[in-house]
Amino acid sequence: MKNIFLYLLILIPLAGAVAAMLGNSARRISLLAAGANLALAVLLLAGFNSPSDDPFRYRAAIAVLPALDLKLLVGVDGLGMMMVLLATIVTVCAVQLSPEVKDREGAFFACLLFISAGCIGAFVSLDLFFFYAFHELALIPTFLLIGIWGHGERLAAAWKITIYLALGSFILLLGLVALYLAIPAEHRTFDLTKLYALQAQLAQNSGASLVPVEKQGWIFLTLLSGFGILISLFPFHTWAPQGYAAAPTPASMLHAGVLKKFGLFGLLRVAYPLLPEGAQACSKVLLVLLVGNILYVGLVTIAQKKLDLLLGYSSVMHMGYIFLGLASLNIIGQSGAALLLFAHGLSVAALFAVMGILRDRLDTTRLEDFGGLARTMPLLSLFFGMALFASIGLPGFANFAAETMIFFGAFGADSLSVKSVFDFTPLQWTVLAGLWGVVISAVYMLRAYRRIFFGPLPDTLKSPPDLTAAQRWPFLVLIAGLLVVGFYPRLLVDVIKPGLQPTQPATPARVGVAQR
Amino acid sequence: MLAWLILFAPLTATALILLVTKSSRQLSAFLSVGAVGASFLASVVVFFGPDFTTQFNWLEFGQRLIIPIGLTIDKLSRTMLLVVTGVGLLVHVYSLGYMHEDRSESRYFAGLSLFMFSMLGIVLANNFVMMFIFWELVGASSWLLIGHWYEKASAADAAKKAFLVNRLGDFGFMLGILVVWSLFGTVVFAELKPAVERISNDATFAVILPAAVLLLFMGAVGKSAQMPLHVWLPDAMEGPTPVSALIHAATMVAAGVYLMVRIDFLVIAAPTAQTVIAWVGMITAVMAALMATQQNDIKRILAYSTLSQLGYMIGAIGFAASGAAMFHLFTHACFKALLFLGAGSVIHGMHHEQDIWQMGGLKNKMPITFLTFAIGTAALVGFPYLSSGFYSKDSILIAAGAKSWIFLVMGLFTAALTAFYMTRLFIVAFLNKPRSENAKHAGESPMVMWVPLAILAVPSILAMPFLLGRSSTLTEVLGLAHDHSKDAWNVPLLAMFMFVWGVGLAFIIYRNRDRDPLRFPLLAHKFYFDEIYAGLIAITHDLLAKLSGFFDKYILDGLLVRGATTLAFGTGFVLRFFQVGNAQAYAIFFGLGVIVLLYLAVRP
Repeated sequence: MKNIFLYLLILIPLAGAVAAMLGNSARRISLLAAGANLALAVLLLAGFNSPSDDPFRYRAAIAVLPALDLKLLVGVDGLGMMMVLLATIVTVCAVQLSPEVKDREGAFFACLLFISAGCIGAFVSLDLFFFYAFHELALIPTFLLIGIWGHGERLAAAWKITIYLALGSFILLLGLVALYLAIPAEHRTFDLTKLYALQAQLAQNSGASLVPVEKQGWIFLTLLSGFGILISLFPFHTWAPQGYAAAPTPASMLHAGVLKKFGLFGLLRVAYPLLPEGAQACSKVLLVLLVGNILYVGLVTIAQKKLDLLLGYSSVMHMGYIFLGLASLNIIGQSGAALLLFAHGLSVAALFAVMGILRDRLDTTRLEDFGGLARTMPLLSLFFGMALFASIGLPGFANFAAETMIFFGAFGADSLSVKSVFDFTPLQWTVLAGLWGVVISAVYMLRAYRRIFFGPLPDTLKSPPDLTAAQRWPFLVLIAGLLVVGFYPRLLVDVIKPGLQPTQPATPARVGVAQR
Repeated sequence: MLAWLILFAPLTATALILLVTKSSRQLSAFLSVGAVGASFLASVVVFFGPDFTTQFNWLEFGQRLIIPIGLTIDKLSRTMLLVVTGVGLLVHVYSLGYMHEDRSESRYFAGLSLFMFSMLGIVLANNFVMMFIFWELVGASSWLLIGHWYEKASAADAAKKAFLVNRLGDFGFMLGILVVWSLFGTVVFAELKPAVERISNDATFAVILPAAVLLLFMGAVGKSAQMPLHVWLPDAMEGPTPVSALIHAATMVAAGVYLMVRIDFLVIAAPTAQTVIAWVGMITAVMAALMATQQNDIKRILAYSTLSQLGYMIGAIGFAASGAAMFHLFTHACFKALLFLGAGSVIHGMHHEQDIWQMGGLKNKMPITFLTFAIGTAALVGFPYLSSGFYSKDSILIAAGAKSWIFLVMGLFTAALTAFYMTRLFIVAFLNKPRSENAKHAGESPMVMWVPLAILAVPSILAMPFLLGRSSTLTEVLGLAHDHSKDAWNVPLLAMFMFVWGVGLAFIIYRNRDRDPLRFPLLAHKFYFDEIYAGLIAITHDLLAKLSGFFDKYILDGLLVRGATTLAFGTGFVLRFFQVGNAQAYAIFFGLGVIVLLYLAVRP
């Protein structure tokens, strides 16, 4: 038990949750727990050594069922480390930005911390069983938060999100079981590190695959559907906007910012490394679906008349870019996808936080009710502007760096036909759609900003107050994170790169001439 | 080190204003002016220093993809630096007077500094991606500046429009960058150049290369406001006038031209694209000049004239005369900044009246503004031999003539129109009799505003011809492509004829008029571009968005999802099990899953 740090990361919020339920200053306890966790995560990142043979650090294991080789095995590579950082940052901000809770305050904050603990558990687990189980642990409090403390049609929204995500988890479970069973009996284990090692060994020795090639396609598709529903992959996305609109602010921040990323993290952690041929086989399907996310959902976003739904749909839309990075199947695109997990997590948390504050102060989310708020709420409008520009991929913010990597990775994955202009490969066409999506997202975001903050202040709005002192620093933290990584993305990219296992060599044949 | 200082001084000012001095307008203004002053001084030092490049890798994936952030000082960038920081400094100083009573002065100066940072990044960039980064930042900071008076609906809309139209251009720009990278494996200009030269005779690239160049050109079309993406620029006049002087003279709109000059080795390797570029530029020049003849707002007239002059520069790129394009860019930067700041002085003196038909007789009320504006006008219309504009325009016309007679005719026609509408503006606003109370009581602007005017007047009339002489000298200074001045003695004569014709006609028509005797609704309504675009967007993108929204809400979510769940489970069953807040049911479901998983695992 020399490396208890990762267990601590899970235990601190759990302990905080229990204390919050029992004690009588739930908010302060939660903030303390979340802050301690963030500090620990930052320390762990600082101590994250330069690459060695083993990409996983801070490894530790507690045997649970030795007969099955089932153990609580934890460890982080760069990707996991980054996700832990994301989860702890967003948790602190979500707790701090929670509105006043009148009813069962302790339970409310306990739910938030449970989500955090579940997410972190899933990100650090190197054991398939606990990887899955921790995610389930995070889902249940999400439903409770929406159902009990939600807004508007919270019952309908909670009902829908429960059905949907339960279904997604179930399909995911089927996929994981199928994956497990497809592995030859003598190799079966839940231990992901062993599976990776076996995969690498087999590939080196005989070019064979751990999972038989003919089964990979179906298993990958099942996993993609399961994870996809959790990520709001088109056409399984309709739960997300309504769910986020109905959820209390910190729940939207945590779910859209962190928990939803579990699906993408899972694809990178399980599906792509263990099912490379399956990923190849399903790539066309994925391309069609992700164009649905980018173009179709993008257009739907333009049509939205309420800010909460607009932000929800835009968050769904941006998932398409992460999928595009995954579909590139090379290290550039997949690193970009991983970085976008982080960037999107921070920016969407800031956006939902602003939306929540506007809803609390003005009792409306309809765009036509707003106007001229930049005059009375200068700080809020500044932060919203920055989060908005981050989310539409303005350079300087982390989202741009990530999207650039995704575009380069995906466009360069196939060589370009030089003979004619419109002879792109499907992946290259998808990049074209993605670039058009960048225009679309600027349209709806700037329209919304214009509507809410610019123009004259309507008489119906009684000049609402700006951010309170306590509400400022979470925004500063989120924006600063986006800017720091945006200015120098290698801070994170160089950490996550070694852990990613691209399924395709990153240097396809080149048609051009110049090579340095 | 100095190059980094040039770039980051303004950004530091922005950050400090936002974080520290926001509440003190004076300190903020001081920081902003100081920062651009530092950049200017450093640029002067760099101007006389050697060429160099300094860089670090912003992203790196082995040899496959390397994206540096690198600053290049070469003949092109060091001259451009001087123009950008020089005009920028004057605009900052002028703003001290112009924005003095604005309660958001801090925000204004923060935006101005952010803008300078973005623009200087474009000038210094040594690769495509870095260029794109600062390119987009220019778009964002211009959004801030144009929308400075955001409570005015028209300003807020203009800001949004500018950003969106620019993004439309950037769509092509980014795609072009991706194509170029796929072809050559690098995004660094210095590495691209030899690679492009190597394949310039390779017929297999005859299709893809022009396509790539035209995609990159889309970025320039957006930023330099060429047809058909010109619509944002006139609306952008909603911003404060110093902003117009900055972004519509020396900087933002010049960025497109600068980009094309940076990559002229690519343009020259793709003759098909070259011809398209020439046409786009010259059509913009003619049409914008036509539109300018029927505008009544002093800033809008200047805005359309900017479009028209940018058309000249883009045209010059198409004539393979990037030296001429840069020459005109430099002279235009000075005299157009002068004209905009002069217009600002007029607007300031007229208590924010912008309609030239409400002015008149300002000659006596605002003598310094009058004199400097006259110099600016002379430069813009190309007053023979005395003005800088004459020489730079000449070099473009000569190049046009060398390419094709049709371009020469378009260029000369534009020159005549330019002389016409500027004389119209000048006579109506400054001569004639005062036509409103404001005009009768107008007064000269404070010194902090007229000193920049006086400084800008110098290069417009004197220094350029003396110091730089003919464009051939400048092309030598710049080390750019060849020029044609030696083999075309007749073009200057023709240009002079056009000048006389335009000025004379305007004089005859507009002398002592109280309202415009000419009426061309088509021109006054700018060829109905805005209306056509609004209609097009409404029946395409917006309609698609509405349809998708409907489909998502009522079909995909309403019918399919609800239908499927109803079919699969039966509503009653589902409701019982997943009743909200009923965590036990879900916990059971979860537990069952775990058991199944364990069972399957234990099974031999």
